[in-house]
Amino acid sequence: MGLVAPHGLSFDVAHMLAGGLVLVSFMMLYQDRLTALLHVLALHAFVLALSVAWQAYIQDAPHLYIAAGIALVFKAMLVPYALRRMVFQMGLHREIETVGGVGITMLAGIALVALSLEVMLPVTAHTDPVAREDIALALSVVLIGLLMMVTRRNAISQVVGFMSLENGINLAATGARGMPLVVEISVAFSVLIAFIVIGVFLFRIRERFDTIDVSALDRSRGGQR
Amino acid sequence: MTEVVSIVPALFVLALAGVLTARLPAGRVLIYGGSLVLCAGLLLAGFDALTSPVQHLRLPLGLPWIGTNLRLDALSGFFLIILGLGGGGASLFALGYGRHEHHPERVLPFFPAFLAAMAIVLVADDAFTFLFGWELMSLTSWALVMAHHGEAGNARAGFVYLIMATFSGLALLLAFGMLAGPLGGYAFDSMRAAHPGMGTAAVILVVALIGAGSKAGLVPLHVWLPLAHPAAPSHVSALMSGVMTKIAVYGFIRIVFDLLGPNQWWAGTVVLALGGITAVLGVLHALMERDIKRLLAYSTVENIGIVFIGLGLALAFRATGFQAGAALALTAALFHALNHTVFKSLLFFGAGAVLNATGARDMETMGGLIHRMPRTSFAFLAGCVAIAGLPPLNGFASEWLTLQAILVHPEMSEWGLKLMIPVDGAALALAAALAAACFVRAFGIVFLGRPRSEAAAQARETDSWSATAMLGFAALCLLAGIFPGVAIDAIAPVARGLTGARMPEQLTDAWMTIAPVAASRSSYNGLLVFGFVTASILLTVAVVHRLSRGVRRGPAWDCGFPDPTTASQYSGASFAQPLRRVFATVVFQAGETVTMPPPGDNRPASIVRRIRDPIWDTLYLPLGRGVGWVADRANKMQFLTIRRYLGFVFGALVVLLMALTIWQ
Repeated sequence: MGLVAPHGLSFDVAHMLAGGLVLVSFMMLYQDRLTALLHVLALHAFVLALSVAWQAYIQDAPHLYIAAGIALVFKAMLVPYALRRMVFQMGLHREIETVGGVGITMLAGIALVALSLEVMLPVTAHTDPVAREDIALALSVVLIGLLMMVTRRNAISQVVGFMSLENGINLAATGARGMPLVVEISVAFSVLIAFIVIGVFLFRIRERFDTIDVSALDRSRGGQR
Repeated sequence: MTEVVSIVPALFVLALAGVLTARLPAGRVLIYGGSLVLCAGLLLAGFDALTSPVQHLRLPLGLPWIGTNLRLDALSGFFLIILGLGGGGASLFALGYGRHEHHPERVLPFFPAFLAAMAIVLVADDAFTFLFGWELMSLTSWALVMAHHGEAGNARAGFVYLIMATFSGLALLLAFGMLAGPLGGYAFDSMRAAHPGMGTAAVILVVALIGAGSKAGLVPLHVWLPLAHPAAPSHVSALMSGVMTKIAVYGFIRIVFDLLGPNQWWAGTVVLALGGITAVLGVLHALMERDIKRLLAYSTVENIGIVFIGLGLALAFRATGFQAGAALALTAALFHALNHTVFKSLLFFGAGAVLNATGARDMETMGGLIHRMPRTSFAFLAGCVAIAGLPPLNGFASEWLTLQAILVHPEMSEWGLKLMIPVDGAALALAAALAAACFVRAFGIVFLGRPRSEAAAQARETDSWSATAMLGFAALCLLAGIFPGVAIDAIAPVARGLTGARMPEQLTDAWMTIAPVAASRSSYNGLLVFGFVTASILLTVAVVHRLSRGVRRGPAWDCGFPDPTTASQYSGASFAQPLRRVFATVVFQAGETVTMPPPGDNRPASIVRRIRDPIWDTLYLPLGRGVGWVADRANKMQFLTIRRYLGFVFGALVVLLMALTIWQ
């Protein structure tokens, strides 16, 4: 298939899925229960998998199905499941994280989406409209993921923020035509390794400080907050 | 080309061998002997390149999509001659001098690598290779400067040197980046083909001047020379002062004359102004100095100033379409660079021999060495005469050529040049005169009079390897002074390549007279002057011998020496005092405090002199304070929370994205 017409069905579906991803990102921003947050993360990865699969279909690129499979198996199932087990092992499943200023965070998220659209749309004016929208929305997913990492105190929520950020990168990569599979797989595996390392660290932190509130680390380091 | 390509790896092999054999006595002979042979090869390759057409070579090394491009043209060839000459001389000297090195393992591995790095710079034909060689040159020479890191002040010298070297590398990186343009044409060929706009060209010129100038020792970027040169072992000082500063000059010529293409006339003004200031300030500093190697380092600053005066004239003449003048000025600059390599290496060798013999660098503790070290003192005297610009030695020939280039300038309409060129003529004359005073002082205090310390009284003559190197260079000073026409004709292909013109051929005259423009305007015959000087000396000697009744030694006339201590002799500080009062009161805020105890008080009277370096005070100290202030503020950022750091990343990203949006 060549260029997709801007108002065909395939464009609309791709747009909808990418927009859905942004929407799920917003859901993460205000979710203050850890278990619920992990469910949203699974949903986030699931929407990503759908979006990648749709890209595979419209770009006629079978290798992207593999990327979609990886996203579905690893990101939508394994990682949230493992995190969920950690949460239960640590007895955090009833904990409610104080998310300061939901309204302001949401407003900031909206501003970030506006910013990324404002940046990306003029830059990519001459490219394939699907890739164009995808990249703009992917950037906003990345920025919201970063925003989440900045606003949260709990290490697990920071990991979730990181994972959603990575999902955004994946979305951008699949939207661009001709990205080789090697890149997808290596990104997926690097995230997996990052996840393992983070997991090990989480337990270590927990052992030592009886909490995974990262401010405990800062206190132990003696820095100012 | 193939010679150079095989010599450079051979030097690196030698560096490796230096690591392995440094502690063995044979290591010194192997490394320095090998360097000597390979430098002779570089010298021959340089001579060969002067006359043969440009050679290219591309090696599949380095960055994958660029490779290593090498090119050998007349300019590279000329500087290869300088490198081969200076490096070979230093190796020969070190064959004997290196015996006194306590830690040969800190010198031997780096010496050949330093030579190899300079050779790489000279044959590089793309920015990557050039900068690789440049940085390697800086690093290896830094390691050599730090060879005696235990001595007081050497660590600071190495630190200042490293900062200045990094700064110069950074400036050159920027210059090459701008020359390459947005498409990234890092090969020199594509830089030659691209003609940057007027504004960009101006920035490139200034940045290249800063980058190459800080390596060469252009005021106000000269501060590392007087620190680093005394710290290094003497043969390395000779190499750094005599050769490495020339490599920096090569870098400037390569970028500005060759890669950048035509220039505006004001560029000449800037270079002329800096050159003039450098020449005068360098020699004034040298006059005030009592450490002999620091004196030589400051004198290097002065000579670099003279070279840059020549280069500035060449730029100015080239921009105004006076090609013959540009060729004359460029030839003068290159000839002076060559001469400076010869006599400054010679003087550093002499300083090294004296340092070994007396264990001191302070001139005020020396004296009378002419009796203890006759060969060294003869060679050192030749070097002093050459650097003071006295005929018939080579320093006169090139300084005279530079003055000719100043005098030849036609009626110019550009106000800047109209103003600058005569000022530089005055500066050059002043610098030459002060240099003469400076080296009369250096030779007189070190070698004449009576020994001022026990060590000086017990000094022993240097070994024959070192003496061979010094006397050989002294002979070169004389030859280049008597037959400057040979050098001028050898430089002609370089000048033609860069300015499109050349000086009139000199070797046509049977009596070796050189005439820069035409014989009717001005000419100089080194042979005639030499004959005249020799004849008058011989005549005087004959007359004195005929009239006198042989040499008698008796007690000193005790009106001059009522108390026969050596401290009552004329000292270096007293020799420099008139000049210090005239010039340094303003420039260096020099002052003297005399304490005269009242009658009946037993304390000795004292005179304390103060000198402040205006450039260190007004440029480097505030800069250092500013960096310290910023570092103190930034120090707080070292102890933030993870979230804050993430916040910084996030904030920076958002700000950049916003900037991108607005910029669009």
